[in-house]
Amino acid sequence: MMKMITAIIKPFKLDDVRQALNDIGIQGMTIEEVKGFGRQKGHTELYRGAEYVIDFLPKVKLQLAVKDDQVEQAVDAIIGAANTGKIGDGKIFVTAIEQVIRIRTGETGAEAL
Amino acid sequence: MEPSVAALDGANTAWILTATALVLFMTLPGLALFYGGLVRSKNVLSILMQCFAITAVVSILWMVCGYSLAFTDGGSANAVIGGLHQAFFANISKGSLWATGHIPESLFAMYQMTFAIITPALVIGAFAERVKFGAMLLFSSLWLLVVYVPVCHWVWGGGWLATLGAMDFAGGVVVHITAGIAALVCALVIGPRKGFQQQAMMPHNMTMTVTGAGMLWVGWFGFNAGSALAANGDAGMALLCTHLSAAAGAATWSAIEWFRHGKPSVLGIVTGMVAGLGTITPASGFVGPLGALTIGVVAGFVCFFMTMTVKQIWKIDDSLDVFPVHGVGGIIGTLMTGVLASTGLGVFSGQGFLIPAITGIGQQLLVQATAVGATIVFTAAATWVLLKLVNAITPLRMSLEGETEGLDITDHDERGYVL
Repeated sequence: MMKMITAIIKPFKLDDVRQALNDIGIQGMTIEEVKGFGRQKGHTELYRGAEYVIDFLPKVKLQLAVKDDQVEQAVDAIIGAANTGKIGDGKIFVTAIEQVIRIRTGETGAEAL
Repeated sequence: MEPSVAALDGANTAWILTATALVLFMTLPGLALFYGGLVRSKNVLSILMQCFAITAVVSILWMVCGYSLAFTDGGSANAVIGGLHQAFFANISKGSLWATGHIPESLFAMYQMTFAIITPALVIGAFAERVKFGAMLLFSSLWLLVVYVPVCHWVWGGGWLATLGAMDFAGGVVVHITAGIAALVCALVIGPRKGFQQQAMMPHNMTMTVTGAGMLWVGWFGFNAGSALAANGDAGMALLCTHLSAAAGAATWSAIEWFRHGKPSVLGIVTGMVAGLGTITPASGFVGPLGALTIGVVAGFVCFFMTMTVKQIWKIDDSLDVFPVHGVGGIIGTLMTGVLASTGLGVFSGQGFLIPAITGIGQQLLVQATAVGATIVFTAAATWVLLKLVNAITPLRMSLEGETEGLDITDHDERGYVL
């Protein structure tokens, strides 16, 4: 069976995470530039005394589908590469995948990964 | 102030031709970009359009009667307003010379036109993002004739403030106090933008603002050094003082922000520069370099704290801070001119007072305060009346729906960015 790993990370850690996943043999991923906040909260911007609280901070969301036996390794790789020890490092979500289909060949399941 | 028959001065003429281009460049595109970047992206075109439209309409009004009422002899009414005998630039021929500087009168009229253009253009910053285009144009046109033209005549056209010996080298009173006070009254009468101090209204394009600010700094050389109306030592000193005050204003504003907030902002450094420039304007040809440095530092401090006060304590939505920067700068610059023009201040000495009847700082300061006070009261009252009048003819305020949609679409059926 397969799992979807969704990780929200700090944008400047993207290259390190991609390299770490590459090193353990993960062959593909999808990323998006997103905005959000957790416990880190936002920051304030000040324009001639007008103070604006920016709630949503830029983050990178990366998604990868892996076989069950790769999940632990992949999660460890992401944690190892994206961890700065400071608040705002992000989160990893692991969810079950019902089906995967490769469009070009029609292969399904783990074969399609 | 009548055109003379002396020979044309080629050097002066060449410099004022150049200065005229520099001052128009301050409005188009300098001020347009400076203001345009500060509003939200849905209103960027409305700002650029207002600057262009004011340029077009004011130029025509200046020809129709503005120039004549500001700069010719008004006979028995000359203390308050000029005459109409040069309406439509009548009697200005190729050979007409302006007495000061011996430059063509056509050039003098055009040079002054660029000042008449930028003054109402400065005011629009107070009511940016919420006033209908047609009402803005009507208000700006009337304001030019009812406020700018008379004050210009009082100070530069031989009116009562000129007779008193008021010193305003390049427009601290005529341009910055009138624009700044009008801005404050506009902001109060028209009211804040929807969501003011509740939702974020950040500048949408700071690079545009900084580009425009750079053009303002350079263009201001034409504004102040050109006001000597000659290529001479006054112009040189005005140029040097203008630059020093801009630098001191920028550095001071930045230093305050750095100290108070931990970081110096880009908007802060350019605003401090404008404050330094606006404040040195009345003083530029009358003070010395150390006087100019003093004015720039004071401008940075006072304009910074006034900006905070208007926004955070008075909670007035003078959207682009026209009053605290231009109005306050004009006021303190005009008052400081009365002190720093004195020749008796050692290294801080200036070039002396304007009329022989005035010999001491106290005397000049009183005249300066009179000019400031009278201009504030007259501008505030006349602006208030004009706003009420225009609003009765056509509503000033954009509908709430239109304001939310943005003036670019609502007023002009266009958008600034198709991305």
